[in-house]
Formats: sequence, structure tokens, C-alpha cells
Amino acid sequence: MSGTALELTSVTKQYPGTPPVIALDNASLTIQHGEMVAVVGPSGSGKSTMLHIMGTLDRPTSGIVRIDGIDTSTVSDKQLTGIRAAKIGFVFQQFHLLSGTTALENVANGLLYVGVAPATRRAAARRALERVGLGHRLDHQPNKLSGGERQRVAIARALVHEPTFVLADEPTGNLDSKSGASVTELLHELHVEGTTIVLITHDRGIAESLPRQVNLLDGRIVQDTTAEVVA
Amino acid sequence: MTTHTAPHRASMGTHSKLRAGDVARVGASGLRSRKIRAALSALGIAIGIAAMVGVLGLSESSKSDLLAELDELGTNLLTVQAGTGFGAGDGALPDESDEMIARIGTVSGTAAVSPIDTKVYRNEFVPPGETGGITVAAADPNLLDTLHGSVADGVFLDETNTDYPLAVVGSVAAERLGITNLDEPVLVYIGDQYVEVVGILNEFPLAPDLDRSVMISEGAAEAFYADDVVPSTIYVRVQPDRIDETRDVLPATADPEDPAEVEVSRPSDLIEAQAAAESAFDALFLGLGAVALLVGGIGIANVMVIAVIERRGEIGLRRAIGATRAHIRHQFLTEALILAALGGAAGVAIGVGVTVAYATSQDWAVIIPPQATVGGFAAALAIGAIAGLYPAMRAAKLPPTEALRATA
Repeated sequence: MSGTALELTSVTKQYPGTPPVIALDNASLTIQHGEMVAVVGPSGSGKSTMLHIMGTLDRPTSGIVRIDGIDTSTVSDKQLTGIRAAKIGFVFQQFHLLSGTTALENVANGLLYVGVAPATRRAAARRALERVGLGHRLDHQPNKLSGGERQRVAIARALVHEPTFVLADEPTGNLDSKSGASVTELLHELHVEGTTIVLITHDRGIAESLPRQVNLLDGRIVQDTTAEVVA
Repeated sequence: MTTHTAPHRASMGTHSKLRAGDVARVGASGLRSRKIRAALSALGIAIGIAAMVGVLGLSESSKSDLLAELDELGTNLLTVQAGTGFGAGDGALPDESDEMIARIGTVSGTAAVSPIDTKVYRNEFVPPGETGGITVAAADPNLLDTLHGSVADGVFLDETNTDYPLAVVGSVAAERLGITNLDEPVLVYIGDQYVEVVGILNEFPLAPDLDRSVMISEGAAEAFYADDVVPSTIYVRVQPDRIDETRDVLPATADPEDPAEVEVSRPSDLIEAQAAAESAFDALFLGLGAVALLVGGIGIANVMVIAVIERRGEIGLRRAIGATRAHIRHQFLTEALILAALGGAAGVAIGVGVTVAYATSQDWAVIIPPQATVGGFAAALAIGAIAGLYPAMRAAKLPPTEALRATA
């Protein structure tokens, strides 16, 4: 499928201080629907800021962020939240699952703030959990699941509302190598099925297994493998 | 893009919205996984509300009991007594004062009681002086009607036995003399002769003096114990709407020569004062309940502030999956309200339970004023809203990037 899922144009993010910290410096990046991209760099390279800007959790100091063609610099905080709810699926290193709540309910929460009826939410959550291979763990609470399974639940939650893209922040960072590999494999499978995925990682090995890598260093995009191909 | 169809797609715009039912669900979700903490933090509110509902319920129930008693006894009874203070004469009213008072148009009944200067004992072997504080008096046959009194056993003195020494005993006197019933003939030793007891009286709440008396008829008193029986107390029933006017003319009527020596009182005032005194204690306990409620509210605020700090990760996640600041604010406010509502409901239940149990044990009518239950519950909700406001604002203000940095 063609079309732009996410487009950053000359995005700069500067944090106040003396001297001011420039976390992201004039970064431009276009991600098409169906792509799978790794944003890779050492710590302090601006990965977290990139995640926040891409995920509309924070606004750039200058530059434009377009999601599905919508310019997010002109919308209110409330509308921005709406865009997040509808178009972005987050996967975090710490999973951020609600304790005391079943896997199914955790996933169904991905549709909570888009105003979908509970029964519809649960039906979609069941499909999403089956898709990540956890159809047999619907009623388990997070503390009864392994780390790898927890991250799969989080991925299912990121998929349940069929977002424009999934933003995964170090999804294997809290996992042992075996579970980590299986989670990375799952992301590859989802990509093959057509999901747009942006994976943020410091792990060069994982990044190199992805079709496209965007290398960050000191807040600048120093290398974009697709851009090079195009160039 | 995925290829399978999704029925919910159509309803999804780019506006965040949380269904009304989900607001409550989300608000309760934080409590479900922390049940003991929720119960403990609701406890303060519960105690406060229970105290307030209990105090109001018990005071209304007991007051209604006093007022019911008062209704039964009537508030239109006046007592005319000879002055007993310093220089107040001989403690007796003029002989004819009874008839004089009965002639007042607004008086519906009178009954005189005259003290007799003699002693009563269980029998002749009781050492002199050990009277147990029981006095002997001559009473009008219509005393029982005038005071709305009744007999526990036997009969009262009547016109037919006025000249023959027969006695009735007040409730306290009966107890002290060891008289429990009249199944067998009972005699008491009055002065220097045995007199048969024909009646045991029930309590006179408006005239407790009579409870400690043994009464004989005026005729018998004159025939056997005293040359001249003069009344010291006259009980007067007055038309209920003319009490004050009647009260004003009573001293001069009872003793035209020396009206200043006559004391007129209204015994029901005493019971009303008792009800008022109980109300004064209510204010104290209500105040204590209010303090408990306040402390409970602070407890909820405290727990909510901690919850906001602990659950930064959850707040960040919710913001990421589309919760607006308002949604987060509502979530924590709802949580505080649910806590307060649980505490309030438990408090109302406990307060009602205590009232029912105690009022039943006292044979009072159970009266729980709706202001106490509805007002108590509303007060709990108000406290919860106030307690939840600050933590909810804090949670809503938290930037999602900062909230997500928390390692939860």
C-alpha cells in the first residue's frame, strides 16, 4: 500500500537550559504505509525525543510532523490526543500493562478512548491476541504471563485499533534474548501482513534485521538506508 | 495496512472520546486491584458518616419517645404547691383551695394531695425511722385521672372506700416495701395499725414524688391520722389552649390572702428540657462525626496523591492510547468519588444498623431522619469530590512524556 504514514519535515526539538539542549536537529524523515523502519542510535542520540515527537506525545520546537497527511502542529492538545488514539499504536519497553486486569481487557483498552462499545472492544481484542499467538491466554493477568507474553499483549494492544503505524520503543529491552528474538520475529510477521512499524532501538543487531534503518547521532539523522538507495 | 475488515473502524474519527459507562469502569479499575487500600481509605468516611447518622437517628428516636410520652401525659398539667422556701409559711395551701381552683372555667380537673405526718413500714417489727424515704399522703380519688396515671395491680382509691383505711402504693414505694403483686392480701403498717394495700400504681412521670408515696383516702386520713388534712399540692388539668392565662390566675385563686406563697409549675417542661438537653449532646457528637468525616476526606486525598505518583506509568499509557487530560482528571476524580461513596454507603448502613439495634433494645420507635441518610451520603460525596480534586488535577497535568518515563 502506498501513501505517507508519517512525515517529519525539518523537525528540531530544543529543551530549555543553559546552554539549551538540542535533542533533535533539523530531522526530516518520511515513512510510507507498510514500511518497517528501525530508528537506531546510542543513548543520548535523540531516540527518546524522536519517539515522543513521532508519537505526538511532545511537540517539536520547530518543523512539521504529519501523520496520515494531517499536520499536527496546528491542532489542539485534545485533537492531538484523538490522533494518537486513532492512528498510533505504542509498544513500550516496560510493557505498561495494567495489573489486576486480564490480557483481554488490557488489549481492549487500546480501543477505550475512541468510544467503541465494550463488546466490540473485547471482540477486537480477542482477534488481536490471536494474531500475536496468545489466543490461549485471554483471561490471564499480566503477573501470570512471561515477559515475552507480556510484550505480545502490549503489541496486541497497539494493534487492536488498527493504527496507521506501530511505534515500538525498545520492545525487547526488558526481555531475555530468546523472548526478545521471538518478539522481533512477531514484529516481522506483522510487517509482512502489512502493518507499518517504527522500531526504536539502540541495538544495532536488531536494527540491521529490518529493511530500513535511520541512524541517529547527537540529534541528527546521520544515515537513512532508504534515502541512500533513493539517492 | 491490514486487509481484514474491522466493524469499529466506522465509528473512529480522530476525536478522543470515553463512553459514560467507561468513565465509571475506568474509575473503578484502579480500586479493583488495590482492594484493601481502598477499603481502609473508605473507612474514615464510613466512621464519620456512621457517627452522624447514628447520632441523628438515635436522638430522633429517643426524642420521639419522650415526645410520645409527653403526648400521652399531656402538656396541660399544672402543679400548684405551697411555697417551701425560707419564710414561706407552713407548706400548706388553704383547705378550700382545691374547690376554688376547680371553679376556674378553664380548669378541667383537679386533684389534691395532702401530706400526713406519720410513717409507713412493711410491718410493726421494722425499726422506727427506717422508712426508706417513703411518705404517707392523702389523695383525691380522681388523682389517677388527673395525672393520666394507671394501676399496675389492684384498684385506686375510690369514693366508696374513703372512710375505711385502705392504701395504694406508688411504684417506687411498692418496690421498697417489697410488694410485687396483690395476689395474696398485703398489709402495710401505717402509724400504729395495719392497712390493706388495694392497689399498686404505675410510674407518674409528671409527678415522681407520688412514686415514693403510700396514699390513703382523705376521709381515712382524717378519721385515723390527722385532725385536719390540708393539701400541699394540687394537680390541675387545664384546657390545652388556655394554659398561660390559667397559670396567671392560679396563685391568687389557691391562696387569695398570700398568692406569693404559691408556686405554680408545669411538670412537662422538665421532659421538654430533657429533650433539649439531649439535643445539646447531639451537637457535640455531630461535631465529632464531622471531624471523623474530615479526617476521612484527608485520608482519601492522601491515598489519591500516592496513587497518582505510583501510577504515573498508567497515566502515561492512557495518554498514549488516547486519553485526554480531562479523561485522566475524570478518572481520578471518579476513583475518589467511588471511594467516598463506598465509605458513605457503609457509614449510612452502620449508622442505621446501630440506630435500629439500640432503639429496638430501648423499645423506642425507630426514626431515621432522611436528612441524615441522604445528607450523610451527599456529604460523603462532597468530601470525596473535594479530596479527589487536587490529585486529579495533578494527574491530568502530568505531561505524557514524563509519565511514561516512570518504570512501572
